[in-house]
Amino acid sequence: MSKINLTRRGVLKTGAVAGAGLALPTYLSAQDSGFTNAPTGSTVTLGFNVPQTGPYADEGADELRAYELAVEHLNGGGDGGMMNTFSSKALQGNGILSKKVEYVTGDTQTKSDAARASAKSMIEKDGAIMITGGSSSGVAVAVQALCQEAGVIFMAGLTHSNDTTGKDKRANGFRHFFNSYMSGAALAPVLASAYGTDRKAYHLTADYNWGYTTEEAIRASTEAMGWETVAAVKTPLTQTDFSSYIAPVLQSGADTLVLNHYGGNMVNSLTNAVQFGLRDKQVNGKDFQIIVPLYSRLMARGAGENVKGIFGSTNWHWSLQDEASKAFVQSFGTKYGFPPSQAAHTCYVQTLLYADAVERAGSFAPCAVAEALEGFEFDGLGNGKTLYRAEDHQCFKDVLVVKGKENPDNEFDLLEIVEVTPVEQVTYAPDHPQFAGGALGSCNNGA
Amino acid sequence: MDAIILQILNGLDKGSAYALIALGLTLIFGTLGVVNFAHGALFMIGAFCAVTLSRILSISRTYVDETQKDFLGRPLEVKVPYAHDIFGPEMGAAIIDWAVPLSILFAIPVMIAVGVIMERGLIKHFYKRPHADQILVTFGLAIVLQEIIKYYYGANPIPTPAPAAFKGSFDFGAVIGFDANTIIYPYWRLVYFAFAAVIIGAVFAFLQFTTFGMVVRAGMADRETVGLLGINIDKRFTMMFGLAAAVAGLAGVMYAPINSPNYHMGMDFLVLSFVVVVVGGMGSLPGAVLAGFLLGILESFASMKEVINILPGINQIIIYLVAIIILLTRPRGLMGRKGVMEE
Repeated sequence: MSKINLTRRGVLKTGAVAGAGLALPTYLSAQDSGFTNAPTGSTVTLGFNVPQTGPYADEGADELRAYELAVEHLNGGGDGGMMNTFSSKALQGNGILSKKVEYVTGDTQTKSDAARASAKSMIEKDGAIMITGGSSSGVAVAVQALCQEAGVIFMAGLTHSNDTTGKDKRANGFRHFFNSYMSGAALAPVLASAYGTDRKAYHLTADYNWGYTTEEAIRASTEAMGWETVAAVKTPLTQTDFSSYIAPVLQSGADTLVLNHYGGNMVNSLTNAVQFGLRDKQVNGKDFQIIVPLYSRLMARGAGENVKGIFGSTNWHWSLQDEASKAFVQSFGTKYGFPPSQAAHTCYVQTLLYADAVERAGSFAPCAVAEALEGFEFDGLGNGKTLYRAEDHQCFKDVLVVKGKENPDNEFDLLEIVEVTPVEQVTYAPDHPQFAGGALGSCNNGA
Repeated sequence: MDAIILQILNGLDKGSAYALIALGLTLIFGTLGVVNFAHGALFMIGAFCAVTLSRILSISRTYVDETQKDFLGRPLEVKVPYAHDIFGPEMGAAIIDWAVPLSILFAIPVMIAVGVIMERGLIKHFYKRPHADQILVTFGLAIVLQEIIKYYYGANPIPTPAPAAFKGSFDFGAVIGFDANTIIYPYWRLVYFAFAAVIIGAVFAFLQFTTFGMVVRAGMADRETVGLLGINIDKRFTMMFGLAAAVAGLAGVMYAPINSPNYHMGMDFLVLSFVVVVVGGMGSLPGAVLAGFLLGILESFASMKEVINILPGINQIIIYLVAIIILLTRPRGLMGRKGVMEE
């Protein structure tokens, strides 16, 4: 049997050593504690949640390329890309807050439940401090809500629905990509100028959240300038052959068809509409026209020659000639052999914006990062002067109106920029009816 | 009236695809007794035969044109198809333009080979297993095949246009006395319908008027007795699997210009085609064709905005609704035979 000798001096000594031992790490990590996945070592992990399988896998692959490029640049590799043109100079190419950037990836499959599961896994198992990516508004809204609950920042990828920063906005979520309202506001004047103010429009709308907000936005903008909407028909998201929806268009008296479709839906409906010869017809004494509100170069490629001469809008295009866009295209093109898509651009920019906000805040704590992003004005990331509005976490910047190019110079040269719509024309009040409902709430630092 | 004619036309080409796939499914089920969930993948592989031949014909040599620049400002690498060098620019361009119809010749041996390999290599091992096992293994095979296609061709649709001669649409209304532009229909869809009619007719003629077809029909009716007569019915059934694969493949080849092929297109058709087979009657070839066209036309009518306004969402459930009604009133389907799937 052993005997324990407790002395006053011994207890004091032991207590002092133990107290110092416990206090030291607390002091050292004081700035990075009290939030989910506070980085403790020399690295920080970001979670890239993109569609790696499913119908948007190619778009997801391009997003992932952009993220890898961003990580390379943040860690001081490559040519630095847009870090050289970014108006904020907080990023030094030594990681984020001197921690080397590492990443994990998840597969959203473009399904909300799968996207939430992969984001949850990256947060809980891999210790991701920030989640970003995606190619669908349904996914963005679902993952944004999850990140809010988990206490990490969500930097949305490609999501165009008004609801992402409208009724479904969250304090931990931020969107750089433009939205349906902005598409309508940018497109309408160009359409009025090209096709006149006396048009009868027929809408085919994908039967889900993004389709509804896009139809609402385009209708509101075009009707405000004098167009009449003769019909708006919902089409199932799973539809592949749109002939039975397109065939009645000419009988309706419409002279313009608006395809509120994206991805495979857009490729198929546009191809079907061109096959039916709609663009060769004359209705109401006018040439029949087709409009695709949201363009993607990757999708335009799928539709082939059918995109020629068709108006739409896009968040960014590789042919922009500002220094930032040229730097990004040079960097991406040299690494991968082809120009980046708009999805790649927004994902790359979101990563730099997050890293910059952490540097400026001096902390990875989500609420500190959110505060640094709110109301942040910047330039040099390819869209001109941009504001991350504090009220809804939506970026406000110029919008591109594009048209399918008649005589492409190469396989990537599918769209031509018709107009760069100034940001003032696409800005709306935070309480605009198209964004009504929901509240940002307060930011969540998590654990 | 013009809207009704238009939707009938629409239904005919949609029904053509359903009928061709369902015909192959029924052939396989009737001969081998296998429920083949990989049949949609055969349709998809057929479409990718068109993509592949189009790419083969477009294989190019490259030269650097210093006067033009690429997207990074470097001298542009210009591609010239070898077909232009071999056949001359005009003839070469015409051959590339007609890649889809030419793919029929390419797809027939490819699809027969795929069908025979699939049957001999995998499916024959499941003949005596329950239908549930067959469904699982063929569904798994379908997923594997589409992932292979996605790996090599990507996830995005690949435009595969019809020959320039078939671009545009035919003003059907003007021919039958309606106003111009009221009933228009794309030329290629009319070609597709005619092609489907020829293929369906050829399959029926083959089964009806050849000795081979007679043996196969006898085998479908009573496999055991045909075997007792010393006829190697298994070999003939394997060939029927190849034929069914070729029919699905040809349906896919000609469908490529209608909707740009993507790796998932087979799955989009598969479930509907099974409904077609069940509605037509398991094992009934005429039933499969009849149900294919019938459901295609019904689906088109259900997509009319006048119908959707009265019954929202009907366009998404019409085929299944009709299937339920038909199966409740005629449990063997429209033309089902007694004894099939009833043991």
